[in-house]
Amino acid sequence: MNALAARRRHPAAIALLLFLGLALVGATYSLFAPKPAQAAVATADKVADGKALFQANCATCHGISAEGTKSGPTLIGVGAAAVDFQVGTGRMPLSAPNVQAPRIEQVKYSQEQIEAMGAFVASLAPGPAVPDKATVEAEGDVALGGELFRVNCSMCHNFAGSGGALTRGKYAPALYGVEAKHIYEAMITGPQSMPVFDDKNIDAKGKASIISYLKTVETQPNVGGMNLGNMGPVSEGMFI
Amino acid sequence: MSTASSARAADLRAGDRKSSAPASASAKKVGAAASWVDERTGIAKGASFMLKKVFPDHWSFMLGEVAMYSMIICLLTGVFLSLWFIPSAGQIPYEGSYLPLKGITMSEAYSSTLGISFDVRGGLLIRQIHHWAALMFVVSLSVHMFRVFFTGAFRKPREINWVIGTMLSMLALIEGFAGYSLPDDLLSGTGLRAAEGFIRSVPIIGSYVSYMMFGGAFPGEAIIPRLYAVHVLLLPAVLIGLFTAHIILVMVHKHTQYSGPGRTNENVVGFPLMPVYTAKAGGFFFLVFGLLSLISALVTINPIWAYGPYDPSPVTAGSQPDWYMGFADGALRLLPGWLEFEIFGFTLSLNVFLGAVLLIPVMYTITGAYPFLERWITGDNREHHILDRPRNVPTRTALGVAAITAYLVLMFAAGNDIIAIRLQMSINDITRAFQVLFFVAPILTFWVTRRICLSLQRHDRDKVLHGRESGTLVRTPDGQYYEVHEELNDYDRWKLVGFESPAPLALPSGKDANGVASKDAKKELRRAKWSKFFFASRVEPVTPAELAAAHHHGEHEAIETPAGAGAHAIKQASQD
Amino acid sequence: MSDPRLPATFENPGLPPHVHRAADTDPRAAKRAERQVAGLFTLSILSTIGFIVSYFAVKNDTEAFIPFIGTTNLLNVLLGVFLALALLGIGFGAVHWAKTLMPDEEVVEERHPIRSDDESRAKAVGLLEAGAESAQLNRRPLLKATAGTALGLFALPLGVQLAGSLGNPTKALDELKSTIWDVKDGKPIRLVRDVERTPIKAADVSIGAVFHVLPETIKESHHVLEDKAKAAVLLMRLHPNDFAADDLGKKAKSWGYEGIVAYSKICTHVGCPVGLYEQQTHHLLCPCHQSTFDVTRDCEVIFGPAKRPLPQLKITVDAEGYLVAPQGFAEPVGPSYWERKK
Repeated sequence: MNALAARRRHPAAIALLLFLGLALVGATYSLFAPKPAQAAVATADKVADGKALFQANCATCHGISAEGTKSGPTLIGVGAAAVDFQVGTGRMPLSAPNVQAPRIEQVKYSQEQIEAMGAFVASLAPGPAVPDKATVEAEGDVALGGELFRVNCSMCHNFAGSGGALTRGKYAPALYGVEAKHIYEAMITGPQSMPVFDDKNIDAKGKASIISYLKTVETQPNVGGMNLGNMGPVSEGMFI
Repeated sequence: MSTASSARAADLRAGDRKSSAPASASAKKVGAAASWVDERTGIAKGASFMLKKVFPDHWSFMLGEVAMYSMIICLLTGVFLSLWFIPSAGQIPYEGSYLPLKGITMSEAYSSTLGISFDVRGGLLIRQIHHWAALMFVVSLSVHMFRVFFTGAFRKPREINWVIGTMLSMLALIEGFAGYSLPDDLLSGTGLRAAEGFIRSVPIIGSYVSYMMFGGAFPGEAIIPRLYAVHVLLLPAVLIGLFTAHIILVMVHKHTQYSGPGRTNENVVGFPLMPVYTAKAGGFFFLVFGLLSLISALVTINPIWAYGPYDPSPVTAGSQPDWYMGFADGALRLLPGWLEFEIFGFTLSLNVFLGAVLLIPVMYTITGAYPFLERWITGDNREHHILDRPRNVPTRTALGVAAITAYLVLMFAAGNDIIAIRLQMSINDITRAFQVLFFVAPILTFWVTRRICLSLQRHDRDKVLHGRESGTLVRTPDGQYYEVHEELNDYDRWKLVGFESPAPLALPSGKDANGVASKDAKKELRRAKWSKFFFASRVEPVTPAELAAAHHHGEHEAIETPAGAGAHAIKQASQD
Repeated sequence: MSDPRLPATFENPGLPPHVHRAADTDPRAAKRAERQVAGLFTLSILSTIGFIVSYFAVKNDTEAFIPFIGTTNLLNVLLGVFLALALLGIGFGAVHWAKTLMPDEEVVEERHPIRSDDESRAKAVGLLEAGAESAQLNRRPLLKATAGTALGLFALPLGVQLAGSLGNPTKALDELKSTIWDVKDGKPIRLVRDVERTPIKAADVSIGAVFHVLPETIKESHHVLEDKAKAAVLLMRLHPNDFAADDLGKKAKSWGYEGIVAYSKICTHVGCPVGLYEQQTHHLLCPCHQSTFDVTRDCEVIFGPAKRPLPQLKITVDAEGYLVAPQGFAEPVGPSYWERKK
C-alpha cells in the first residue's frame, strides 16, 4: 500500500476530494460555458438600438419620444452626456420613487448600451456631448481647481467633496470614487438639483483643474491621521 | 494554609517609617538645599501642611483634574505654536510645500499655520495636540460641572467656587472660539462672518460695536491680531488667575467626599498628598497628556489646508463651529425669522440677538445663580462637605437633566445638515422636530428622571429592609422555596441610609403673632411653594425602627445571618 | 412595636477594616509589582529615545499606510505615538506604583469650620474701623468725597483711549450701506466671474446655470476681501415662465434680463454666503443655518431663521451683450442692523 492509500481514511481526505471535484467541475464549466449574448451591434444602428433600449426601460417615465411625463422630465436637449452620466452612475433608471436619485455601483447596462441610448437622446435635439478622453484627463492647475471648487462647488459638496445636505431630504453626494468623466458630465449637464456649469460658465481648463484638484485631495494622505469623514467639527466633537 | 501564612505574612509595610519619625541621614543632605530656601521663605511649615493634606478617592474627582491638565497642555503647546504663528491678516502668495494651495493669495496667519502643519517638523503634532486638548478641556470641565451639580458640591461653603467655575466655563468657550479663528481658514472665517452678524443684531449700538471690533468693514485686517492678543494674552491670564483661585478654594475648603462608613461632615478620609496623591495626580497628568498625544498622532483635527483660506465668497457645506459653540449655532438655526421686526423705523433682530448674544450670558447667569436659588428654596444654611447621591435629591437631579436636555437639543440642532445627509432625512423635518423638542424634551426628561430617582431610592430602601438577593435558593422540608436574602453589613447599609431627606418648608400663615399680615408674606408663600415642588414625593432613609419592624414580619424567616462583621443586636432584640 | 432603645437614625459605623493588597503581604507580589512599574518606566525611556530618533531619521513628507487610518504622514504618527508612550509609561507607572506599593491605609484629616472664630472676626473689624478712624476718613467729609471721586474717575482715560481709537463709528453706517456695485459716474458696472474675473455675456448663461459674480470694479479694489464681503452676487437663469405670477415674481423678472436674475449672495440672517442653488426647485439654501429663499418669488424666505429676502441687483446688457448693473443695491446687503432702514 503506498503512502496515499495509507491515508485514505484520514478525516481530511473527504474534504480534499470534495474540493478537487468542485475545482475540476468549475474549471471545465468556465472553459466550455457559453459566452453571454453580445449586446453590441453595428454602429450604424446605434440610434435604433438606443431607441429600443430607451422605449423598453425609460419611456414609462420619460415618454415614448422622451418628451416627458408626470413622472419624469423631458430629455429632449439634454444630450448624450446626460445619458452617459445618469445611466453610467446607476442613477437611472431610478430604483425607487425618491426625492434623490442616488449613485448605485451596480450599473445595469454595458457601456455600449449606454452609448446607444445616448446616441438616441442626442438625435432628438442638440445637447452636450460626451467629453472625449483628452478633455477629461487634461492636466489641470490644482491650485486654480481648488479656488474654483471652493467658490462654485464646496457649498453643496463640502470642502473635501464629502457631500452636503439640500432641502427636503435631497443631498449633494460625495465625490469620492467618481470617474473623472462623470464629474465632467455632471458639471456640463446639471443633473437633478445641481446647476449647470457648462463651458461658458467654467471653461474646459477650469473643469480639468477642478477634477485634478478633486483627485489630488482624494488620493493625498491624511497627514494628521484618521480624517473622520472630512465632515468638519461635528465629527471631531462626536469623537471627543 | 490560611493561619500559618497569615501569621507569617505580616504586613510588609510594618517596617515603614512613620511620618513622625526623625529624618534619616540622606534626608539631612537634601535638607541642606531645602534649608537654604526655608531660611529665606519660611516655607517648611507650609510645605508640611500641604504634604499631609488628605484627598478623598473617587473617579469622579478626576474630571476636574482632566480639565486642569488639558488647560496646562494647551498652554504648553500654545507657547510652541506662538513661536511659528504669524497673527497677521496681510495677504501674501503661498510658497510652502502644500501643493494644492501653491501660489494662492492668503493671509499670513493662514500661511504660517500651513507652515506649522507641513514645514515645521512635529509642528502638525503640536497643533493637533493643542486643538484636541482644547476640545478635551471643554468636555472635561463640562462633565466636571455636571458632577459638581448633581452631587450638590456647590452648596455652602463652595458657592464662590461654583461661580468661579461658571466663569471659567464661559471664558473657556470664548478662548476656544478665538483660538480656532486664528488660522483664518474658510470654516472659521465663516464663523467670524456670522459673529459680525451677531454683533450687528445688538440694538442701538450693534453696528458701531461691530465696526469698532473689526477696525472697520468686515473682515478688515484688525480682527486676527486682536483675537491673537485675546487668545494668547488676555484670556489665558484671566483663566489662570481664576483657576488658581478655584484650586486655592478647594484647598481651603478641603475636598468634598461621598457618604460612606467613617466619613462625616467633619472629616476628610482619603490618602495624603505625599506620597500617594503626588504619584496618582502627577501620574494622571502624564496619562492625560499621553492620551491626547496618541489621539493627535492618529486622528486629524481641523484640517485647515483642506478648507482653504478665508474668502467671503465661498463657503463649505457642513459649516459648524467647534462642538462647544454648537448650542449657540443650533439656537440660531431654530429661532424663527418672524422674531425680527421693525419698531419706529429701527430693525430689531431678535432671531439673531436671542440666540447669538443673549443666550450665553443668560445661561451662565442662571447656572451661576443656582446655588443661591436652591438655598433660598430649601432654607438650608449649613456647611455641606458630604456629597449627595443624585438619586437622593430627585428634583435637583431632574432639573439638571432637563437643562442638559435643552442644551443637547440645541447642540444637535447645529448638526442638522450632517444628520440629514448621514441618516438620509429631510433637513426641514429635522429642524421642525428640534424646534418642538426644545420645549417638549426637557419637560419629559424632567419627569422621567425624577421618577427614576424616586424609584432608585425605593429600591435602596428595599435593599436595606430586605437584604441583597443572593441568588441562592433554599427549599424547606415542607416544600417551600425561598431566595435567600443576604442582609447588608453595617458598612454597606450606611451608604444607603446615610443621607437626609428634609421635609418641605412649612406653609407660612402669612401673618405674625398679632394677626398682622407680614411684609414678606407673598415672598414666603412663594418660597414654600417652590420648596414643596423641590421636595415633592420624597423618599426617606430607612430608620432602625423600620428595619426592626421589617424583621418582625413573618416572611423574613428567610433572612439569613448577615454576612461578615455585621451581626447586629437589633435582629436579636427583635426576635420573639 | 418600636424598641425605645433604637436610635432615631442609623449611626455611622466608622471606617471599615483595612484589606491588605497582595503586594502588602506577599513579597513575590511586591516584587512583581516593582517589575511592572519599572517596566512601564522603561517603556517610557525607550519611547523617548524612539521619538528623538524618529525626529532626525524620518523625512517630513514620508507617507505610510496604517490599518484603519489609511495613508498618513509617517513622521506625525511616529512622533505622536512615541510621545504618547513616553508619557503614558510614566503615567501608568506612577499610578500603578501608588496602587500597589504605596500605602493604601485610609487617613483621616479633621475639618475645621471655615468660619473664623468670633475673636478673629472682631479683631479684623476692629482693625478696619480703627484704621478708618485714624485716617480721619469719617471726620473729614471733603477728603472722603474727593478721594472717592478721583478713584471712581481714574479709569476713564484708559477707557476713552480704547473706545475712541478702536475705529470711527460715524463711518460705520455709511460703510454698511455702500457696496462697490454703487454706480459713481453713471457708467453701469460689468458683472465678472468670481475667480477668473472675466465679463459675462447674457448668451453665456444657460437655463439652470448659476454664476458666482463680482463687479468689475473689484479689479481696482485695495480692500478685496472687504469689498467682496458685500459685493458677492449670484447670477441665475430661469425660464421666464418659472417666475411666480404674483407681484414678487413680476418684480424679480423685471429687474432681471430675459430670465437672468442677480441676487446678493450675502445671507440676510448673519451674513454667510448663500451658495446652494437647487436648479429644479429654484431655491437658494444657506449652509450655515438653512435659510431658504425662493428665486421665483424674489428670493422670499420660505424656511429658516432669516427674515428678509435677499436684495436683488438690477441687471441689463450693454451694447456688446455683456451683463451690466446700471445701479447698486436698493437696500443694504447682508445681516440686519438697528439703523438698516435709515
